[in-house]
Amino acid sequence: MALNCVVCVKQVPDTKRITGEAMTEEGTVNRRALPAIFNPEDLNALETALTLRAEHGGTVTVVTMGLPSACEVLRDALVRGADRAILITDRRAAASDTLATSYILSCAVKKLEADIVLCGRQAIDGDTAQVGPQLAEKLSLPVISYVEELVGISDGKITAKRNVGNGWEVVTCTLPALLTVMETANTPRPPAARRVMKFKKARAKSEVEAMAADLLEGDYENYTAELKATEVEKYCANLADRGLLIEQWDLDDLEADLTWCGRSGSPTKVHRIQSVVLTGGEYREFAATDDGIAELIGELIHDHTVG
Amino acid sequence: MIEVNRQGEVWIFAEQEDGKLSDVPLELMSKGRELADKLSVPLAAVLLAADGGDMPAALIAQGADKVYVVIDERLGHYQAAGYGHVLCSLIEQHTPQIFLYGATPIGRDLAPTVASAMKCGLTADCTDLQIGDHKPAGSDEVHKNLLLQIRPAFGGNIIATIVNFDRWPQMATVREGVMPLGEPDTARSGEIVECAANLDGVQLPLEIIESHRREKAVNLKASRIIVAGGAGVGSKDNFQLIWDLAHCLGAAVGGSRAAIDLGFVDHDHQIGQTGTTVRPALYIACGISGAVQHAAGMSEAGKILAINTDADAPIMGLAHFGIVGDLNVVIPKMIKIIRSGAGVEQAAQQVADA
Ligand SMILES: Cc1cc2nc3c(=O)[nH]c(=O)nc-3n(C[C@H](O)[C@H](O)[C@H](O)COP(=O)(O)OP(=O)(O)OC[C@H]3O[C@@H](n4cnc5c(N)ncnc54)[C@H](O)[C@@H]3O)c2cc1C
Ligand SMILES: Cc1cc2nc3c(=O)[nH]c(=O)nc-3n(C[C@H](O)[C@H](O)[C@H](O)COP(=O)(O)OP(=O)(O)OC[C@H]3O[C@@H](n4cnc5c(N)ncnc54)[C@H](O)[C@@H]3O)c2cc1C
Repeated sequence: MALNCVVCVKQVPDTKRITGEAMTEEGTVNRRALPAIFNPEDLNALETALTLRAEHGGTVTVVTMGLPSACEVLRDALVRGADRAILITDRRAAASDTLATSYILSCAVKKLEADIVLCGRQAIDGDTAQVGPQLAEKLSLPVISYVEELVGISDGKITAKRNVGNGWEVVTCTLPALLTVMETANTPRPPAARRVMKFKKARAKSEVEAMAADLLEGDYENYTAELKATEVEKYCANLADRGLLIEQWDLDDLEADLTWCGRSGSPTKVHRIQSVVLTGGEYREFAATDDGIAELIGELIHDHTVG
Repeated sequence: MIEVNRQGEVWIFAEQEDGKLSDVPLELMSKGRELADKLSVPLAAVLLAADGGDMPAALIAQGADKVYVVIDERLGHYQAAGYGHVLCSLIEQHTPQIFLYGATPIGRDLAPTVASAMKCGLTADCTDLQIGDHKPAGSDEVHKNLLLQIRPAFGGNIIATIVNFDRWPQMATVREGVMPLGEPDTARSGEIVECAANLDGVQLPLEIIESHRREKAVNLKASRIIVAGGAGVGSKDNFQLIWDLAHCLGAAVGGSRAAIDLGFVDHDHQIGQTGTTVRPALYIACGISGAVQHAAGMSEAGKILAINTDADAPIMGLAHFGIVGDLNVVIPKMIKIIRSGAGVEQAAQQVADA
């Protein structure tokens, strides 16, 4: 049975590399100061889909919701072997919490007729691990979260080993289903050099629009809006012919109900943000000598911390 | 989604496995008690199981005024569909204002399922919860007595306070070990409310083929002293130093993620954001740099002693006591001094005299 896999991927700031410069004075994170990367566990979700396709045939479609700059992770996914890439981008989706994000993603997945939906367990910026289970609920799909190992698929049933904190369990369910994949599930394959060359030119329409000035010869300022649009369409059609067009959907394309999107669709509101400043440096130093250490231990005993 | 109900109760999901309550709901009880008292509403635990046993009594002893008990064979083993169905109908029926879950793999599977079905908000991995007011930007309306849901984000580099003022219940998950466990009081009385599961006709899609539970090799949360080693320890063999120091202090052994990744010590010993959160009386960090993710799990320790060759390592900013030096020199000296009781008495005397 050929399988249609849909993989949800997110572009995230590389939170491992946050330094002082990436924090603004108000204590918020200046995302632009951080390198944007493929959310690590989404690479494991993609790898799971690619493995399934190799075994069972079918397709791998990657979907991301974000700014046009998120096309970077879609290109990376194409390079790694995805068949199709979709960017969901719309100003009205800004400020979505996990509930609104999962609603919008559910509208997209419904259009794609997936046998398996794969998410990373958790994104390293929001860190909630909520989008996968919420997306499953919206799609009325069974969810296997915290997948540590995909055991396999047979007779239309998927079997996976999931982490339950103080142990693990092997569970099975009938497809379609949604899985959230942990970093321990596999090792993502490196991009194939041949595909790197090809897919580095893949673009979504909004990216083409941003490059329009370079595409059009001569006096760009004097082009009519109509002419610009025609040029963009022509360029996109050409990309599509070569399999290099990243599809772009907005909330109208998804027929999404706007009350459940963006700010109005998000019950959680940020009350306050503070940066974490490790306080101090006001420790009492003891010398690394016999005397220093004896004094320290005496201090701990005196405090009743030890003994 | 339910309407805002100011008289609504404070609820805690009583996660259990095979008739044994997990630690988190018990830890959450004292925080829940504090929130409920501030709001002058009852605190209730919600227990779903195949057999209640003495779990309701334990929840009452820990601070619950009420325990909603739902007993059904089909609730013996957790799965999102069945548990989610039961919780949603209880929420609709009783309209609680706050509903808290442990941020365990089960809590982080169940709570989003419920939040999605109820179309209410959910804040993940809170490290603190308070009651306070919120005024949305650009509005004059002040929402009083909301649940302030305080959580780290961006890999622990910022602390966000999140509120949900219109689509209730206000739901949050809380990581294990973050809230201190209160003393049980078996003299407390409380009400047990038995509720029907009404699961007939509800699809339970997951079939559990195999299930393995194991006790953690170490109980870090119960230890008064923890000796933790990091990448700076250098090798698994050398990690014996950490074990030796722990033995002579009667302490438990912890590790940074780097120490776990390098195979120095088993994952059960990991301290931090993706490990265990601890609050011992004394935490001795040996060759640990003090990354935010590590600090998230130990900064609440009563006293922190850092042993590090680098005087500028971030751990020094958290420490009360510091030794700038090579742990291979310092730890053997510590062991020697502790073992020679004389040294200790002498040292104690020196301190007392000073
Ligand atoms: C400081 C801060 C704190 C926040 N706290 C909360 C909170 O407590 N509760 C809340 O509801 N929202 C919160 N949010 C909002 C939340 O980060 C966003 O809704 C985000 O779009 C999704 O959540 P996540 O990053 O936690 O993803 P997770 O739920 O951790 O992501 C799991 C998986 O879902 C998929 N996925 C997630 N986002 C996308 C996407 N945009 N496109 C495609 N696939 C995706 C990926 O496969 C990913 O691996 C917070 C945001 C910030 C900045
Ligand atoms: C999403 C995420 C979650 C994470 N969760 C966790 C978590 O739960 N727990 C955790 O610990 N980490 C976690 N990390 C990893 C964390 O960011 C750090 O990488 C890790 O804590 C570093 O471990 P370390 O301090 O042992 O190693 P290092 O940072 O390499 O520090 C080693 C220290 O040893 C000192 N040293 C070296 N030699 C000696 C010597 N001979 N004597 C004395 N000192 C010496 C060095 O000066 C240095 O300070 C997480 C990271 C991410 C991205």
